[in-house]
Amino acid sequence: MTEPAKPIIQIKNVSKRFGKVTAVDNVSLDINAGEFFVLLGPSGCGKTTLLRMIAGFELPSEGQILIDGQDMAGIPPNKRPVNMVFQSYAVFPHMSVADNVAYGLKIAGVKGGEVRDRVAEALELVKLGGFEGRMPDQMSGGQRQRVALARSLVMRPKVLLLDEPLSALDAKLRAQMQFELSELQEKVGITFVTVTHDQDEALSMACRIAVIHKGDVSQLATPSDLYEYPANRFVADFVGSVNIFEGKLTLDEPDKAAIDCPGLGKVYLNHGVTGPHGADVWVALRPEKIYLHVPGAGKAVRAAAEDAPDGHNFARGTIKGMSYLGDITLFEIELESGARIRVSRPNLSRHDQEDFTWDDKVSMHWRADSPVVLLG
Amino acid sequence: MAEQDWKTNRGVFAAVSLPTLLWVLLFFLIPMAIVWLYSFGENRGLTEIAISGTLDNYKRATEWLYLTIFGKSFAVAALVTLICLIVGFPVAMAITFASEKWRPWLLLGIMLPFWTNLLIRTYALMMLLGTQGFANKGLGVLWEGASWMKALVGLQPLPTWEPVELLFNNFAVVFGLVYVHLPFMVLPLYAALDRLDRSLIEASLDLGAGHFRTIMRIVVPLAAPGIVAGVMITLIPALGAYLTPDLMGGTDSQMIANVIERQFKKANDWPFGATLSFLLIYAMFILIALQSMRRKVPEAH
Repeated sequence: MTEPAKPIIQIKNVSKRFGKVTAVDNVSLDINAGEFFVLLGPSGCGKTTLLRMIAGFELPSEGQILIDGQDMAGIPPNKRPVNMVFQSYAVFPHMSVADNVAYGLKIAGVKGGEVRDRVAEALELVKLGGFEGRMPDQMSGGQRQRVALARSLVMRPKVLLLDEPLSALDAKLRAQMQFELSELQEKVGITFVTVTHDQDEALSMACRIAVIHKGDVSQLATPSDLYEYPANRFVADFVGSVNIFEGKLTLDEPDKAAIDCPGLGKVYLNHGVTGPHGADVWVALRPEKIYLHVPGAGKAVRAAAEDAPDGHNFARGTIKGMSYLGDITLFEIELESGARIRVSRPNLSRHDQEDFTWDDKVSMHWRADSPVVLLG
Repeated sequence: MAEQDWKTNRGVFAAVSLPTLLWVLLFFLIPMAIVWLYSFGENRGLTEIAISGTLDNYKRATEWLYLTIFGKSFAVAALVTLICLIVGFPVAMAITFASEKWRPWLLLGIMLPFWTNLLIRTYALMMLLGTQGFANKGLGVLWEGASWMKALVGLQPLPTWEPVELLFNNFAVVFGLVYVHLPFMVLPLYAALDRLDRSLIEASLDLGAGHFRTIMRIVVPLAAPGIVAGVMITLIPALGAYLTPDLMGGTDSQMIANVIERQFKKANDWPFGATLSFLLIYAMFILIALQSMRRKVPEAH
C-alpha cells in the first residue's frame, strides 16, 4: 500500500520545552506520503505537542520540521499544507454544516459554484450528504466529528492531522469509526497523522505506529511488529497486556537462548538474543500465548512443550482470580514462586469457562518462540 | 436538591426571602409607584401635588425641547457605548489571551477605578482636562519643544501655546462617560471570550484564515452574548448619566438626567420630573425587552 516510502513529513531533532518541562525531547522521525501514521502514548507523553508543532500551533524549541521538503520554520498555521481535526472537533457552532465545510474554501478564494460542489463531495465522503443546512447543535458527537473531517478534507491537504479523533465517542461508534477512518484514508490517499492514547485504536488503524514515551520515540514499527516484537519494557507493557519477569541470560547462541527467571522458571527460546552472558534481562510473555492445563495432564504438557528441553517453558500455579469477558476468560494465577501471571484463554465452546475455577491447581506451558527478551 | 429547595421547605424559604421582599417593596416598589402616580399629577401651590390623572405632563414631554434632549442623551449614550466596545474588545481579548500569571492583575487593573468614588474620579478627570490641567500642560510642553526645534533649524517659531478646550463641552462628557463605563464593557466581554473554546480559533487559523478574519468571523459572532450584555450594561447607565454631564459638560451638554434633576429641585415641578423619569425607564424597558427577544446565539462548549 505504501511502497514508495517518500517522506512527506520529516521531523529532525525536534525538542519542545515549556519552561522547565521538556515535552518533546530530540525526536526525529519520517512520515511517509500516503500512510496512516499513529503517534501512540500515555497522556502527557508529548504526542499532542508533536502534532501541534506539525500544525504550527507550537514552535519547536530546537530542531526542524519539513513538510513535503519545505522547512516549516516561520510559516504560520494558516499557511501550512496541513489541516487538523481537533479533539473537541471545533465545529463552528454559529455556522451551518455547509458553511463550516465551505469556510476554508471561501478564504482560499474558491468560486461559489466550485465551493458548492466540493462541499457536497466532502460531505458525501463522510456520509453526511443532505445535512448541509443543519446546525452543529442539532447533531450528535459522531456527526460533528464527520463535519470536522469534511471541513479538513475539502481543503485537500497534503497531511491530515487528527488529535485523539475517537476519544469522545462511545465504544461501539469508536470501533465503527476506526474502520471508516482507515477506509476514508485509503480512498482519499491523504497522509493521516493521528494522535491517540488508545492502543486498540492505534493497532487497528495504523500503517506504522510511533510509541512516544516521556517526549521520546520508544519504538517505531508496524502494528504487528510493535505487538509481537516490542523493543523495550515500556512498549511491551503499553501495547497490549503482558507478563514481565526479570531473569539472567544463561545460554545465548545463534539458534537458542535460555533465561533463568526466579519468578517464572526456566525460559527457553528457539532463537538467539545477542545479549551479554549473565546479563540481567526481562522476559515478556503475552497472556494469550500461555496454555493452561489441569495438573493431571503434566506429562501431556511436557510433551506439548516439545520445542523446549525438559523443565523449560513450564510452570505450575493456583488460580487466584478470574474474569469472564465473553470471548475470553482472564486468569490471574499465583505461581509456585509467589509471583503472579495473567493468562487468557479463548472460550472456543460454550462451556469452556467452566473448565477452571478459583483455587484450582493448574499447569502452564508456552512455545519457545513466544517469550520476548527485553534488554531495557 | 433543586426539588427540595423551596417546595418542601416553604417556611424556611419564606423566612429567608421575606426581609428582602419587604425591603424591595418598601424602598423600591412603593416609592417608584408614588413617582409613577406623580407623573399623572399637577402642582397645587408650592408643596402640594394633586394626582388628577392628567396627561398634560406627557404632552409637555413631547415638546421639541425635551425630545431633542432625549435624542441627544440617546446619541451620547450610543456613542459612549460604541467607543467602549471598540476600545474594550481588544482589552478583553488581551486579558483573555494573557498568561495565567498576568490575568488576575490585568482584571484587577480594570476593576481598580471602582475602589474610588465616582465623584472623586470625575474631579480627577477634570484636573486632567482643564485649561491648566496635565493634558494641556503636556501638550504645551510638546508645543514649546516643537517651536524651539523650529527656531533651532532657523525657521519661524510657532505662535504661543493656546490651551485646548478639553473641559465643559460635549467632548468632555463623552470622554468622561467612556472612562466611567469602560470596565462595565470589558468585564462581560472578558467573560464571553474566556468561555470561547480556543480550538475554534485554532481551527479557523488551520483552515487558512488570518487573525483579523478569525476575529471577525469566529470570535466576534461567538462573543455576541457578551457583546450584547456589555452594550446593555454600558448603554443603560450611560443613558441616565447625571454626574458626568453635570460636572464636565458645557451649557449645551445636558442630558435627560440633568433635566429631571432640575425639575425636582430648581423648577420644583415634581410631576413633570416624574414623567421624564418614567419615560426614561420605559425606554430602558424597551431596550431590555429587545435584548431578551434577540435570537439565541448557540454558545461554544
